[in-house]
Amino acid sequence: MSWGVWEISARYGDRPALEGVTLEPRPGSIAAVVGADGAGKTTLLRVLAGARDADAGEVRRPAPERLGFVSQGSGVYEDLTVAENLAFAARAYGVEGHDDRAAELLATTGLAEARERLGSQLSGGMRQKLGVAMAMVHRPDLLVLDEPTTGLDPVSRVELWTMVAAAAAEGAAVVVSTAYLEEAERATHVLVLDEGRPLVSGSPEEVLSSVPGVVLEVPTRPEDVPSWRRGRTWRAWIREGDPPRGALRVAPDIDDAVMVAALSRARP
Amino acid sequence: MWAIAVKEFRQLRRDRRTVGLMVMAPLLLLIVFGFAARFDVEEVSTIVVGEGSEAARGRLPELFEVVETMPGGRAEAVEGLREGRAAAAVVVGPEPEILLDGAELFSAQAALRSLAGAGGPPGGPRPRVEVLFNPGLETSAVMIPAIAGMILVFVGTLITSLGVVRERQAGTLEQLAVMPFRPWEVFLGKVSPYFVVAVFDLVLVLGVGVLLFDVPFEGSIGTFLIGSLLFLFVTLGMGILVSSVSQNQGQAIQLAMMLLLPQVLLSGMIFPIESMAVGVRWIAYILPLTYFIEIARGVMLRAAPLDALWPYLGLLAALGLVVFGLAVLRFRRDLGPARAGARRPAPAPEAAR
Repeated sequence: MSWGVWEISARYGDRPALEGVTLEPRPGSIAAVVGADGAGKTTLLRVLAGARDADAGEVRRPAPERLGFVSQGSGVYEDLTVAENLAFAARAYGVEGHDDRAAELLATTGLAEARERLGSQLSGGMRQKLGVAMAMVHRPDLLVLDEPTTGLDPVSRVELWTMVAAAAAEGAAVVVSTAYLEEAERATHVLVLDEGRPLVSGSPEEVLSSVPGVVLEVPTRPEDVPSWRRGRTWRAWIREGDPPRGALRVAPDIDDAVMVAALSRARP
Repeated sequence: MWAIAVKEFRQLRRDRRTVGLMVMAPLLLLIVFGFAARFDVEEVSTIVVGEGSEAARGRLPELFEVVETMPGGRAEAVEGLREGRAAAAVVVGPEPEILLDGAELFSAQAALRSLAGAGGPPGGPRPRVEVLFNPGLETSAVMIPAIAGMILVFVGTLITSLGVVRERQAGTLEQLAVMPFRPWEVFLGKVSPYFVVAVFDLVLVLGVGVLLFDVPFEGSIGTFLIGSLLFLFVTLGMGILVSSVSQNQGQAIQLAMMLLLPQVLLSGMIFPIESMAVGVRWIAYILPLTYFIEIARGVMLRAAPLDALWPYLGLLAALGLVVFGLAVLRFRRDLGPARAGARRPAPAPEAAR
């Protein structure tokens, strides 16, 4: 059974939040929804999880018993302990033998030693890991995670992505939104949103191979060529024709691909 | 300093609820203390029983406002007071009696003062005066039933609204909305612990009142229970309503206090309703605590029967239906449009077009 959204749009009053967005996460794989703040990531994930309706388009989601969702802010109860939070989620989803499942998740998340600690006493990374553990306690068919890595340190981000990969390995179709472009490379499918509209969509390889023209690395900002800063140097994009002699041509990464897509849309 | 003051004013201007409270609270207090905060009773509702009751009507001191005359004797007079039809009863006959309802503390005190200054009727024996139901005119006997009601408002409205708003503030309400719960399951799951706490508090307050302060409990526990449950139904509904229009706990506290304060001041808990100016008296009759106090004092002190209290029970039930109904509607809306009206779906996918 495939889940997802097809050509959906959603509005907040008069303001469009999503327009013509399609996303079809596959079981056993990870789809990353990438975009700047206000790009429509949260709205898309809320529609997918059933927290709000789409105004148009088609939505297919599993029954709530087979869906896991972590909204922005982890969904952890601060005045319950780690173990109590997990027990609540397990009971809510009707998990049989939930003590074993909880113990398994506590072990894989590294939260076993913190099991008696209150939600309010956890670090940001621990809290997010607990939130994801609560959402996957019932081995859902569709797992929707809204920016679980935002604000976390690099180690916590890696640990969280390990959990996400484990959920996919258990067979879930996982949808993760993130503001960090480099995280998209961990996914099997990437959807980049820009002001509520799809900018780029496909596997990371497809996204990279779809970059038109040539991307160059240059030491200073070039004139009359679209460019963007990357560390100490600049990247320049030449849509058509040959690059200048001696210019250093680079294989675009996902950051570059998204920049080029945004520039293509801005300057058709 | 200037920068902070300007910032504070800007924030205050955008917090309309606090500004509203700052304007409304003094206005409310002014009205309450101006028109309603009076202990002196200017008229005592009275029934006159026995042969020649019509003739006796004119011989009573001015304070006694006769609302009913009827044939009969002492038994009928006691019954009239028990049912709460008046605060005083005059039994006319060879051995005249004036019976006062001690549950109406201020009316009884005013009647006693008035009678002490008056002589007997010309040519007749001086009537015997007796205070019934609360013969010692104990303040605790009339306050404890009312405090029980106030605690139910406190737990039902304030604590419940905080519990629900906490969920919204933490973002976990959205989480609940997509979990496999029906809206009514979330609603009852949220409300039932507060219901249990409120019932526990009620039993505690009454237990302490009866055992420590010797407050009588003369009437039927069943009738009291019906009244309490109906009242709790209203206050829990108010709690959910407050939470549904509050974005954070501060706002919920403000709103709940705006509902609690008038109930404490204008329900007859402290100031007798019959002392209030007619212009503000109607406020008392839209407050659920007013009806609970009538029921609680009636059952505990006067052993008022169910059929004498049904108008109050009926009004509480009607208020409860309105408030609780609105609360359920708002709560379902809070759980998100995708879940409003949702039933536990079949394993088939949900499709929206």
